[in-house]
Amino acid sequence: MRRKIILALGVVALPLLLRNLYVIMFLVPDEMEQGPIYRIFYYHLPAFFTAALCYLTALVASVLYLAKKDQKYDAIAVSATETGLAFAAVNLITGMIWGRISWGIWWAWDPRLTWALICWLVYFGYLMLRSAIDDPTERAKNSAVLSIFASASVAVTWKAIEWWRTQHPGPVLSIRTGGVQKIDPAMEQMLYVNTVALLLLGLIFVLVRLRQEEVQREIDALRRYAHAMN
Amino acid sequence: MDERNITFMFYGLAVAWGLLAVYAVLLGLRDRDLTKQLDTLKRMVEEKK
Repeated sequence: MRRKIILALGVVALPLLLRNLYVIMFLVPDEMEQGPIYRIFYYHLPAFFTAALCYLTALVASVLYLAKKDQKYDAIAVSATETGLAFAAVNLITGMIWGRISWGIWWAWDPRLTWALICWLVYFGYLMLRSAIDDPTERAKNSAVLSIFASASVAVTWKAIEWWRTQHPGPVLSIRTGGVQKIDPAMEQMLYVNTVALLLLGLIFVLVRLRQEEVQREIDALRRYAHAMN
Repeated sequence: MDERNITFMFYGLAVAWGLLAVYAVLLGLRDRDLTKQLDTLKRMVEEKK
């Protein structure tokens, strides 16, 4: 059943991603001040939204794990976290490439950039922690606690462009500016359309990763069974 | 328009697609590895039975 859902999502996501790439490269006009480089935003922002949603999913799953002690929630948390890290890497690196042209530097220790990096490192640490603990119950419990603490870094990263007005551009989307239009509505619409495409791709990754967690658990159970038979 | 502007735009789009493609390939490889492990273990348990 899940395989069919993944396939159906893929059938929707892939054409949408390709269509968006075509529109972004050939149809949307250049931004007046930045030129073509601004097109990176069509991936930079949606990648951040997807990563943030993945981390939020991991937070909810971690809380549910601690409340119900069901390994299913631990599997959801790790699947969402790993997917979130992939999208957060896209966000960080595309931002650096944009910064090289717009600011003349690859990186600035600006609060938003710094917190985005901290966030990535903390969630990378989450995966490292998991690989260091053998007992499944201990691993799930410790990583759930870490995931809950790590979610604070996501909230700070999200709010950083409002709290500290430094080098990173401030909020431009009307949903974050209280309806004030700071970019062309056509550009904003395209950002949302590509956000939907990346969210669909993210959902596919989470579902595939979740299936792998379940197979891994089946393997572990079979290993224990085979060991007990000896 | 500055040529570097266009070049770096291509770098940005290539990185976005490239990273996600690499992650998709890694997921596929891990999937294949897990399926192989599961099949081997199932066969082993069946033989022991």
